[in-house]
Amino acid sequence: MTYLNKADLKVVGTRPIRPDGVDKVTGRAVFGADQALPGMLVGKLLRSTHAHAKIVSIDTSKALALKGVKAVVTSADFPDIPSEEAFVGEGPMNFRDLSRNVMARGKVLYHGHAVAAVAATTSEIADAALALIDVKYEVLPFVIDVEEAMKPGAPVLHNDLFTQGTTPQPTEPSNVAKRVQFALGDVDAAFKTADVIVEGRYTTEPVHQAYIEPHACVVSVGADGQAIIYSSSQGHFMVRAYCAKLLGMELSNIRAMPSEIGGGFGGKTLVYLEPVAMALSKQTGRPVKMVMTREDVFRATGPTSGGVIEVKLGAKKDGTIVAAEAILKFQAGAFPGSPVQPGCMTCFAMYDLKDVRIIGYDVVSNRPKVAAYRAPGAPISTFGTESAMDELALKLGMDPIELRLKNAAKDGTKAAYGPTLQNIGYIPTLQAAKAHPHYSAPLGKNQGRGVASGFWFNIGGESSGSVHVNEDGSVSIVTGSPDIGGSRASMAMMCAEVLGIPMEKVRPVVGDTATIGFTHLTGGSRVTFATGMAVTQAAEKVRDELKVRAAKIWDIPPEAVEWKDGMAVPAGANAGGFDPLSLADIAIKAAKTGGPIISEVSVNAQGAGPGFATHICDVEVDPETGFTTVLRYTAIQDVGRAIHPSYVEGQIQGGAAQGIGWALNEEYIYNAKGELDNPGFLDYRVPVASDMPMIEAVMIEVPNPRHPFGAKGVGEVPIVPPLAAVANAVRSATGLRMADLPISPPKLRAAFDAR
Amino acid sequence: MSKIHVTTTINGEPAEFLTEPQMSLLDILRDEMHLTGSKEGCGSGDCGACSVIMDGRVVCSCLVLGVEAEGKDITTIEGIANGEDLHPVQRKFLEHAALQCGFCTPGLIVATKALLDRNPDPTETEARYWLAGNLCRCTGYDKIIRAVMDAAAEMRGA
Repeated sequence: MTYLNKADLKVVGTRPIRPDGVDKVTGRAVFGADQALPGMLVGKLLRSTHAHAKIVSIDTSKALALKGVKAVVTSADFPDIPSEEAFVGEGPMNFRDLSRNVMARGKVLYHGHAVAAVAATTSEIADAALALIDVKYEVLPFVIDVEEAMKPGAPVLHNDLFTQGTTPQPTEPSNVAKRVQFALGDVDAAFKTADVIVEGRYTTEPVHQAYIEPHACVVSVGADGQAIIYSSSQGHFMVRAYCAKLLGMELSNIRAMPSEIGGGFGGKTLVYLEPVAMALSKQTGRPVKMVMTREDVFRATGPTSGGVIEVKLGAKKDGTIVAAEAILKFQAGAFPGSPVQPGCMTCFAMYDLKDVRIIGYDVVSNRPKVAAYRAPGAPISTFGTESAMDELALKLGMDPIELRLKNAAKDGTKAAYGPTLQNIGYIPTLQAAKAHPHYSAPLGKNQGRGVASGFWFNIGGESSGSVHVNEDGSVSIVTGSPDIGGSRASMAMMCAEVLGIPMEKVRPVVGDTATIGFTHLTGGSRVTFATGMAVTQAAEKVRDELKVRAAKIWDIPPEAVEWKDGMAVPAGANAGGFDPLSLADIAIKAAKTGGPIISEVSVNAQGAGPGFATHICDVEVDPETGFTTVLRYTAIQDVGRAIHPSYVEGQIQGGAAQGIGWALNEEYIYNAKGELDNPGFLDYRVPVASDMPMIEAVMIEVPNPRHPFGAKGVGEVPIVPPLAAVANAVRSATGLRMADLPISPPKLRAAFDAR
Repeated sequence: MSKIHVTTTINGEPAEFLTEPQMSLLDILRDEMHLTGSKEGCGSGDCGACSVIMDGRVVCSCLVLGVEAEGKDITTIEGIANGEDLHPVQRKFLEHAALQCGFCTPGLIVATKALLDRNPDPTETEARYWLAGNLCRCTGYDKIIRAVMDAAAEMRGA
């Protein structure tokens, strides 16, 4: 059953207070580091002081002898996992690499790579013990830059890494893990038919997800091998699976409990601490708590890739793009697995192109292993393609929105990565941008306006949800999706809509791995779509059962009962003259009519509709200092159906702000020794309140028929356009094409000087 | 190392604790007083998640030593609401959906209360600069600023 007619909706589309709200404004909500267990030890990690080195030996004897130290672990305490590829979370994962990222084995591959861990009775003793661990290194040459790492003769990180995706496969190892290609038509021939060609080379630096909550966990392993994990993550089923794999345990012997999560943005789709805390707890028989410092977070988790994007576009004089080509080189960090593939798949997906070719390289270097970050890969590649679109518009003398409208993907467009797009709302975002007062507002001196668009797939996948009617007629729902930004509210709203009751009658909780069916992690903008589908179906089954129970109470056939406004009513005069029965009326008699009224539904949701967005950005540039101020920002997005519009707007605004930070401020800065020089919020500057204008979120609703309420994922696509929207605005203000992010004041000042 | 005895006031109630000299007020609040509403996002005074009000001034409790609490009056996020009655700032944060993950929220609410105690009628720019020490990675600040301005208006009776 679907609920696509907006006029019929009573709860979906309204803006109620979120169910977990009071806990979060009063300090009651329990996040990862807020957990404590009796007898708990403090776990801490020793990290590599070199960017690349062979571990010759680790002597832990002095640390173990320190009073208060209960255990020390190194890679010798973990199984040596063979190479095994799996697709978990938002990208490919090799369990051997994950294991070696959690605890270095044989070599350290980046400054900050974990080499040993201690558990002690106090934090001070743990620190003292770390200082007593003697690691002998044989220092190796390192490489940080992506193009340097690709060169012949570069220091090789992995002797068994042979480039995949080339024929013949090379016989020498290198840092190029993979080459991928997506193509339609004959690009080389098509370029020959172009009237106008633009070419550009664009670069981005690695940026961190920079969630404010550092990674934290408490793990307790009993003498019977039963483990319980409390941790902050985007998926406790993921935490359970990874810990089981890395420690060689059975899934049923691990119970993973979801803490509240203080931001993730993709960065909490991996494990770092949990397997280490588990190994320490196993050895000591006591609970072990581990919490990262902010410096740990910057040095050893995330970030996303920096990249090089080479773009070539060919067009007819009327603006029709006849050929498009991009070559992407993405840093993967110390292990393969950059988001270059989705980077390739997304960067031209806004356009209806017959002849297109995108080639990507996944390149390892001596940096922390990258983690997913909101629409992984797409902001990087799209920065290149949307900057190039701006250049093309200039060269053609065309309005940038008109150029995009001329070439826009629409229903039936075959994307370069394979599928034919359906039920997409890209053109409406462009039309709304063009009609928006922002687009025609006057600009002052040193001010400029930029436009850019973006695409993200969105995913579905496995989710579970259960709906229980309590004895008093109130309703409890359980899902397996950590609530990272208000999903409890959307789950409760969809359930309330189906049952015809107020949202406040529905209490949603996030269940642990033992209390609800398997649920894939919170990522890919999938929760409202997939988990929402499970909850909706569970609520429908409960509604059907409520009708059956009412029929029993009235002693009439179930078909003679209708569900209307939260009540069972007889279906017409022939059914009988009964008074309506509320949920409470039916619930109180449940024992006599068949027992508890519950339903749990698990789905593998398919048909997530892709997201499209178009952003308009105004900036003012100070030619004296090179400082760029964002004056006005409008983000227009096809959201399918906004279940709770405030939280949809919030996703759009937050994604735009992160993209603005990526464009203007944020970057990983390495020194000559291969050490990250800015591992803190003072020097890695995320946008603060005084940096930002209001961000106007414009929601276009093109419902997705594959979801009962028409929902599409909304969380990721808003980070895709801002990088180019800001850069295009800076170009409009200054005439300078800033092709290298971030557009920091020194860089822009230098560009003024070079002119 | 011997511990130092500290007598202070937390959320209007007399409190005392023993602290080692190097312990931060944030560690005391979280680990000794079990007031875990104040969060540690950086430990270096850059994120504001640990904001508390000490003698009328908003401070990062990670940069205050436990011993400095002696004789002071400290308000944490746990002391902002009056029992079941939320403070207007808390209510407006909820009404405006000014939080997503909620981790920075305690610090932002404490800092906003301190702002409005001092300046009941801030401009948007003043609010943005006052809160520039409180990082939020989820919201882009739009709804936070709207909540702050709306709370200020309500508290003024406007």
